[in-house]
Amino acid sequence: METELTLRVDGATHHLRVDTRTSLLDALRQRLGATSPKKGCDHGQCGACTVLVGGRRILGCLALAVAHDGAEVTTSAGLAPGPDEAHPVHRAFVDHDAFQCGYCTPGQVCSAVGVLDELERGWPSAATADVVAGPDLGDARALDREIAERMSGNLCRCGAYKGIRAAVAEVAGVEDGARR
Amino acid sequence: MRPFAYATPPDAREAVLAVAERPDATFLAGGTNLVDHLRLGVAAPGLLVDVTALTSAEIDDLSDGGLRIGAAVRNSDLAADRRVRARYPVLAEALLAGASGQLRNMATTGGNPLQRTRCVYFQDVTTPCNKRAPGSGCAALGGATRNHAVLGASEHCIATHPSDMAVALAALDARVQVLGPDGEREIPFTELHTLPGDTPERDTVLEHGELITAIDVPDLPIATRSRYRKVRDRASYAFALVSVAACLDVAGGEIRDARIALGGVAHKPWRAHRAEEALRGAPATDESYRAAAAAELADARPQEGFDGGNAFKIPLLTGTLVSTLRALAGEETRA
Repeated sequence: METELTLRVDGATHHLRVDTRTSLLDALRQRLGATSPKKGCDHGQCGACTVLVGGRRILGCLALAVAHDGAEVTTSAGLAPGPDEAHPVHRAFVDHDAFQCGYCTPGQVCSAVGVLDELERGWPSAATADVVAGPDLGDARALDREIAERMSGNLCRCGAYKGIRAAVAEVAGVEDGARR
Repeated sequence: MRPFAYATPPDAREAVLAVAERPDATFLAGGTNLVDHLRLGVAAPGLLVDVTALTSAEIDDLSDGGLRIGAAVRNSDLAADRRVRARYPVLAEALLAGASGQLRNMATTGGNPLQRTRCVYFQDVTTPCNKRAPGSGCAALGGATRNHAVLGASEHCIATHPSDMAVALAALDARVQVLGPDGEREIPFTELHTLPGDTPERDTVLEHGELITAIDVPDLPIATRSRYRKVRDRASYAFALVSVAACLDVAGGEIRDARIALGGVAHKPWRAHRAEEALRGAPATDESYRAAAAAELADARPQEGFDGGNAFKIPLLTGTLVSTLRALAGEETRA
């Protein structure tokens, strides 16, 4: 069964007709050529398909495209402010060797952007000592624990976690939190 | 994946009627469990009725001092809510112990308690499973039982309920607001989920077409001193081997009251009434906590399995309960 919908992806509006079974991830990759989000497990376990919808990080593989009619989707590729420019998270990933093969990286980057926003809002995590007070961003070791916990939905088979943690910490405003 | 129709009725009542009149229809909310089941072949509905925009996404103050949490409130927003964090830290901590940041942004208050077991045999359509295919048998019996139940299981099913949020809600005396074809009803949260018995295909008392519209948590001063402690095979992003949601009221070294629920051990979030009873009036000591755990686990029956079984859950749960209560007793009231 097919249905029509509108998606706004990285600033461009698309009208498309999809089978109701199509995931948001498949609509992006196979119908709109937005191949920055990757298909890893397709079961919500690896995070490679992470995109931002309305500014919040979600998994494209567990989202049905039909349920996201009108959604504003941002992929890692769309985070760049211009064709030859990088987002601060992109730059930090390069500076800290936060990837090897790169397959999980667009998902890691979108997740990191979501994490930075959640920290900014003072949202607690399972690594937060006191959920009433919220995360302690002043302490580098506490921040590293926060980042590790908050990024745990993004797997990296190359094991670039140390660089990823350092990259996210740098953008969060703390020098190389992972070196502690 | 079997083809399905997709509908977004104008309101919740229309959505309920749409599902009630078609046996192969089901509600869709965050989709984090259902979409995976469509792909695995565990679920094959002919119609998905999307209710995400049809129930409240707000957390409202109730006149009795409690909170009404709309069914469409995302897990991440609920965990971040300042009222929830201050009045029910156990609920915020349980939510944050579950899934990942991405999934918590998708999963809803109404959908989370209705997620289905992560029993690997339930999710593998090539194996027998009385929950997925009633009467086909249980591949978990004698199989890999590390993640399975030690309380309330039956010969037909030894699965556990996977939700962390539900364990906290069971401890907090929450109430479920339900809309059905015949109108509204309220269900105590502890009576929402069922034990497997002879009908393991049922997870809850909800009838086909009944929709959770909100979950109420009552005014509960004891909950300001509460915690959720989860033990799992890795530090994050894994389901519980065992978990404890606990609220404790201690004065002058004596336990005045307690609310306790256990996760990872049964087909439903397990409200530990026996442990609570054992604690009331007892001194706030490790001996009391140990006795409470022993009372609750008196009928526990570990499963054998080719992976070594799950007898470890008895001492693990005992230790987790003791350390959680000890920490709460030594804690200043947070509010």
